[in-house]
Amino acid sequence: MADTTIERKEAGEIKSSVDTPDRGVTHTPRVDILETDDELLLFVDLPGVHAKDLDIRFENGELALTGRRAAHYPGKPWMWEFEPGSFYRAFRVTEQIAADKINADLKNGVLTVRLPKVEAAKPRRIAVKGE
Amino acid sequence: MRQIRVPLPNLWHEFGRVQDELLRMFGRPTNGPHQNLVPVGPAINIWEDDTTVFAETDLPGMNLDKLEVLVTDGDQLTIQGERQINVPTGVVWHRQERNFGQFMRQVTLPAIVDADKVEAKYDQGVLRITMPKSAAAMPKKITVQAG
Repeated sequence: MADTTIERKEAGEIKSSVDTPDRGVTHTPRVDILETDDELLLFVDLPGVHAKDLDIRFENGELALTGRRAAHYPGKPWMWEFEPGSFYRAFRVTEQIAADKINADLKNGVLTVRLPKVEAAKPRRIAVKGE
Repeated sequence: MRQIRVPLPNLWHEFGRVQDELLRMFGRPTNGPHQNLVPVGPAINIWEDDTTVFAETDLPGMNLDKLEVLVTDGDQLTIQGERQINVPTGVVWHRQERNFGQFMRQVTLPAIVDADKVEAKYDQGVLRITMPKSAAAMPKKITVQAG
């Protein structure tokens, strides 16, 4: 429905309370999502974000990532192909996840989030009895 | 009919999104008789002050062995390399958006720089290149003589 779509788009533009020199731009980071038998794996490209400026929340089956980017550009621009800004993305997680075991690691601008499934959600092999 | 106003910061977001879609092309094979990889590359920002030219580009998850930065002819900056992604086996992919593959960008700088003094740093997935201008490129104050 039109109203809901607009609301979701505005929710995506978070003006952070931390003073950032960017012009209030919020980007949607690129993400790869994989699933194994035991966990969900998210790889998120978050260049320029330090761990202390990254906020990850898992609430009511929704995983939300907010990353603020420290940007400092003294001088005058010559060629400006991208506007460094904050990042925001949220996902609905349908598997049953063990929230206390969620693990996140940020390295070289790539955030890896591991969401282990609860035992009940793991695939179970069923033994086939036969003659 | 509901009017939707798109204020300026949102427009930037839209341009960024379209550009992101174009950037997804990096490393994809072209359709056609020559099955080559089209070298395209990440977006670059360049700015300068009186003494230095700076360049910055986002390159998350790079292995520095696969990254090359060159300054040629004093004002040509080339950034090229390959981003590899570990593809684990036995997984189900739900979504694949991140860029990977070979890339190459070559840009002209606003001033001649001293190639011996160029520094490139890779931090938090961002490559920042600091290029001091050559002596000839720096502004020189000229005294005006009366008479």
